[in-house]
Amino acid sequence: MNIDGVTTGIVLDHIQAGKSMTIYNLLGLDKLDCSVAVIQNVRSEKYGKKDVIKIDCIIDLDFDVLGYIDPHITVNIVRDGKLEKKSHLALPKELVNVIQCKNPRCITSTEHSIDQRFRLMDEETRTYRCEYCDTTHVE
Amino acid sequence: MAKRDLIDITDLSVDEIDGLLDLADDMTAEPEKYYNSCAHRKLAALFYEPSTRTRLSFESAMLELGGDVIGFSDAMSSSASKGESVSDTMRVVSCYADIIALRHPKEGAALVAAGAATVPVINAGDGGHFHPTQTLADLLTIRREKRRLSDLRIGFCGDLKFGRTVHSLIAALMRYEGIEITLISPDELKLPEYIKDEMSASGVKWTETGDLEKAMPDLDILYMTRVQMERFFNEEDYIRLRDTYVLDCGKLAAAKKDMIIMHPLPRVNEISVEIDPDPRAKYFDQVKNGKDVRKALILKLLGKEGETR
Repeated sequence: MNIDGVTTGIVLDHIQAGKSMTIYNLLGLDKLDCSVAVIQNVRSEKYGKKDVIKIDCIIDLDFDVLGYIDPHITVNIVRDGKLEKKSHLALPKELVNVIQCKNPRCITSTEHSIDQRFRLMDEETRTYRCEYCDTTHVE
Repeated sequence: MAKRDLIDITDLSVDEIDGLLDLADDMTAEPEKYYNSCAHRKLAALFYEPSTRTRLSFESAMLELGGDVIGFSDAMSSSASKGESVSDTMRVVSCYADIIALRHPKEGAALVAAGAATVPVINAGDGGHFHPTQTLADLLTIRREKRRLSDLRIGFCGDLKFGRTVHSLIAALMRYEGIEITLISPDELKLPEYIKDEMSASGVKWTETGDLEKAMPDLDILYMTRVQMERFFNEEDYIRLRDTYVLDCGKLAAAKKDMIIMHPLPRVNEISVEIDPDPRAKYFDQVKNGKDVRKALILKLLGKEGETR
């Protein structure tokens, strides 16, 4: 299967196989005018299988969303056919409007105008705590 | 100067807490000095759920400082019944009042309110989350009775899982030296693990037991709590657990002569009324101390701490 390379745009590489559509939706890539290729189950020496997303334009990316979904993703910025920047992600210390608090007694369940804010408590267990009610969120 | 709010007890430093307790002592010793400290100032007591002690305590505190009180004691008599958000209500009330005391059933409501209000916000209880002014009342009671906030053995007994007053008081005490904590509860109502981790990390010695009588002889303070019916999903569990611990004269016989008994109230069965005349029973003193320290807090958050006449 052949997918054209990106001349000026972004390549999200090393996405855990199966997670590309989650990223596609959370980043709102369906709203872009430029071409977007979602490639699933690409063979990877390191991971066995991986997903890749190619975006044919430069956009502002929400690195918190990416880092939370999969901290192993690499972000490649390509300009005029050359790799301009390669970034490795990490689990973000804070999450804003990425996940929702599941505590029905939390103020976020009724006060819809406020941001859903979480802070990282334990990197190893990927535990976050709601900024408002302190309820823990473990994926 | 940026406004200050009190959402969580750890918003205050240890020095600030000690300063508040000193101010509360001075207010008790010489109340007349503070009769007009808050003249022409208004406290908005916004109580979205029922409260007896806390609301009356805030209102009494403001009246004793010469200020006035506005507000509501039922969400249905406010614009919340029309669907107004907490944030909007706080913006509106900030136009009328100089300081807000908020009680709300949703956890985190006070934090949202503080972000929206342009005047200081005091968390008067946000669901099962925090209740920092009860903690100030508890600390003032301990200091008045034991003359110190360090080198104490404290037993927390009853519902340690959902008891917001327990969580806040432990958070406050962890910052003092020589604190030893005994957790006494049934398995179903044990203290959350993350608080135990925080105690260990801060060097607090703690133990866990289900046996109140065995723990009693070592304690300087026994902090009893109510098993809260509203936290249970089925009545059967509540009925099974509610009378796990009932403090009566028989059990108290093993306690030190100077141990004090505390309870945030309201009580149901967990402290027998036969204990009330015992000089070690301090739960009604906590109520009085709560008003004193809320006066000090209002003065501090209004930036009028050093002003007396």
